[in-house]
Amino acid sequence: MALHKENNPEGGTLESQPLDRQALPRQPLDRQPLDRRHFMKAMGLTGVGLVLGFSAQAGGRGTSVVNVGQEGTAVLSFELHPFVVIDNAGGITIINHRPDMGQATWQAVPMMVAEELEVSLDQIQIRQSDGLRKYGAQLSGGSSTVRTGWTRLRQAGAAAREMFTQAAADRWKVSKADCYAQEGKIFHKPTGKSFTYGELVEDAARLEVPKDLPLKAKKDFKLLGKALPRPEVPAKVTGRAEFGMDVEVPGMLYASIERSPMIHGKVLSFDDANAKKVPGVKQVLKAERPLPYKTCESVAVLADNYWAATQGRKALKIEWNNANYATDLTTDRYFAQLREAAKVPDAPAYSQAGDVKAALGTAAKKLEAQYETPFLAHAPMEPEVAVAHVKDDGTCEIWAPVQGPDGAIEQVAKYLGIAPEKVKVNVPFLGGAFGRKAYLDFVLEAVYLSKQAKVPVKVIWTREDDIQQGPFRPGMLSAMRGGVDAQGTITAFEHTLIGESIMGQVYGAFPAGKPDPWAGEGISHEESPYAFANAKVGFKRVTTDIPIVWWRSVYPSNSSFGHESFVDELAHAAGKDPLDARLELLKDAPRFQNVLKTLAEKASWYQPLPEGMGKGVAIAKSFGSVCAHAVFVKKDGVGVKIDRVVTVLDCGMYVNPDNVRAQTEGNIAMGISAAIKPAITFAGGKAQQSNFHQYQILRIDEMPKVEIHLVENEEAPGGVGEPGLPPVAPALCNAIFSATGTRIRKLPFDLKKLS
Amino acid sequence: MAAISLTINGQLQRLDVDPRTPLLWVLRDQVGLKGTKFGCGISQCGACTVHIDGKPARSCSYPVQAAADKQITTIEGIGTEEKLHPVQRAWIEEQVPQCGYCQSGQIMTAVALLKDKPAPTDEDIDLAMRGNLCRCGTYQRVRKAIHSAAANSKGDGITQGK
Ligand code: FES
Ligand code: FES
Repeated sequence: MALHKENNPEGGTLESQPLDRQALPRQPLDRQPLDRRHFMKAMGLTGVGLVLGFSAQAGGRGTSVVNVGQEGTAVLSFELHPFVVIDNAGGITIINHRPDMGQATWQAVPMMVAEELEVSLDQIQIRQSDGLRKYGAQLSGGSSTVRTGWTRLRQAGAAAREMFTQAAADRWKVSKADCYAQEGKIFHKPTGKSFTYGELVEDAARLEVPKDLPLKAKKDFKLLGKALPRPEVPAKVTGRAEFGMDVEVPGMLYASIERSPMIHGKVLSFDDANAKKVPGVKQVLKAERPLPYKTCESVAVLADNYWAATQGRKALKIEWNNANYATDLTTDRYFAQLREAAKVPDAPAYSQAGDVKAALGTAAKKLEAQYETPFLAHAPMEPEVAVAHVKDDGTCEIWAPVQGPDGAIEQVAKYLGIAPEKVKVNVPFLGGAFGRKAYLDFVLEAVYLSKQAKVPVKVIWTREDDIQQGPFRPGMLSAMRGGVDAQGTITAFEHTLIGESIMGQVYGAFPAGKPDPWAGEGISHEESPYAFANAKVGFKRVTTDIPIVWWRSVYPSNSSFGHESFVDELAHAAGKDPLDARLELLKDAPRFQNVLKTLAEKASWYQPLPEGMGKGVAIAKSFGSVCAHAVFVKKDGVGVKIDRVVTVLDCGMYVNPDNVRAQTEGNIAMGISAAIKPAITFAGGKAQQSNFHQYQILRIDEMPKVEIHLVENEEAPGGVGEPGLPPVAPALCNAIFSATGTRIRKLPFDLKKLS
Repeated sequence: MAAISLTINGQLQRLDVDPRTPLLWVLRDQVGLKGTKFGCGISQCGACTVHIDGKPARSCSYPVQAAADKQITTIEGIGTEEKLHPVQRAWIEEQVPQCGYCQSGQIMTAVALLKDKPAPTDEDIDLAMRGNLCRCGTYQRVRKAIHSAAANSKGDGITQGK
């Protein structure tokens, strides 16, 4: 099945590994909390008189018990570990603690647990965590699930397995060393007899949870590293997977909310007479949109169906006090401020070497350039949506596609002024998120309305709301300076990233006198280890009221464009092949070296191209992984066409290579969108784009052929959901320079009209 | 409000709705078929694609009254996990979905394409599918899955659409 053409620890590559079709799971997807259906099926119960409750006494240390009983029958479900719940009827449940927004945590988390638990994926049920602390941090973000879970989740599986092994050995009164686990059973090697986990669970649950167990080496993995089909895919091709948009709660009202087009405007007055005439409209309320750092005002229309709510909203007449936003809230003004800030080279540095100023003074060639990247909307295909029910008993229940249920509990509790234990969060599948659904304004809007209306409320954002209201990826400017000496050595390199700070705006926690703590990702010397003798990478903050937040790959999605384009400019100025120049500068960074050399080979980099073609390369490390793309373009009239993209990704050890490829394909598509599709611009205080006819994203006929190669090694896992994105725009623009001589320094640009 | 009869996935349904309501919201919230998705509301993304009398249509911009007396097919009527349509099977084999939100629409358009053109070229696919946006970027796999569905079902009833 797995076809390893090369597999050496020096870092060979893994060739196309076909999906293991035999391993398609057959079991239906069950997202019911605590698996009621499973219990009932297992016990032949009908559900009548089913008792479901928690009791503390039966379990061992640190384990809780779910007791399901009816007329003398009982299924006991034991939480051997927060991530592993096993019942005495044989049901095995593994918890996914990171919401799935398409990055496939629904499989990755269970695979890490299952590998050491010695169960196959078709033996298990998967359940989404609910935000409780015992699961640890539950935010899907920063490409962190596999990176942070790699040891912890395998330890969870190993701990439970060891408890079963001990329980079996005790019951047989044999040595534990003679027992082993396989496919959800413990076997006694000398006799071949076995117990299922279900048969052992009551004993196992009384044992101490072992810690720091030895874990399997990569060569012994049965699941990890294999291209296994994802368990939720059948539900996603039959329309059965439940997304946030699909949640229905009895008695709920639908809300559509009119917010100021200038985002921060205040409601002076509103007339809802016509809105209330729309059949189905139940209430019109002044409402609010709590951003993390300030609260915006709005007017909400609640109806018994969504269409009526939107029609009622259209019939509203609202007068806004928009203060000075019409003049202040514009992207022209913001970018002018960035250019102004670029004139004064006083940025606090992430990393520094030698003396850039002196080196520039003596350089034979001195280069200076500014690169701009725009504001962008995330535009997940599922717009923001949330159901909230603030109940009479002082509790609140949420059903929403949020990237982190733990953060949702915390924010909702704080917003309502209630204890976190009184908030319950249910997370269905996310129809895309890309950072947007880690920003919980839409959830708090639903909470506010449910509290007012005293019924469950489902807030659905329109696409226009999504594209115009933000938060957005910030627009940024990279001010670059560099020098090449007479021998063709690149002697100086300076990158000053200028723009708004997410930490500053969203959290009000910008560290004065220091560079933004997040914006050095991908460009500081630590992650971009070019051996320039004189170098400085710094950050300068310019504030804006346009709301911003993380967008897939965060700052590297901006900063790699200037960084890697300018390395290209310097390579050309030094008269060097851009890939060779990078290899030379990265001589002390073996993983970067390997990625570039592999890319040169896979992309046939040194082969002369036919007339009218160009090639570009870029490399970036972000979120723990190194990714390089070679982009090939073909001249086409006054523009170019993207012919193909060849990628090498070193993400260390990985869970599912097919999914690593899928994520990288997605990063390439989103990276190209960010480079060539319209940006978000603000004029007169308003976003000038409203829906996909203006804020266009890549379409299938614009998707180039992509070819992805994974580096095979035993390094700790790196991120996968984002690292493929940052090098896309610079590799593309470097290719355009090679084909046409046009250097692109501002995104987005029109691929069809290059001047 | 008006009484409207719809034939959805072969079943006749009688509903009392505002006749101007887009078919999308009637399917989702009145009939309870949530597989058809809302993505833009203005015929720009394809997430809401259903078949009306066998042809792909954007249900977000299709007033329910215009669908009366027509045959409506949604993703739920294409196939189930127990009885997958060849296009759905190909989608699983190629592991097309990421978040999956756009995929009902992608599949509905692909099924209609294969009905018209049982062996489409890349260009045919690009042309037919360019109205279906996928923010996750699954396009390369959509192309592959359509080719493999076409290859797997030469003459075995893929054109039935059910
Ligand atoms: S929701 Fe109908 S085309 Fe987008
Ligand atoms: S799979 Fe997520 S939008 Fe297409």
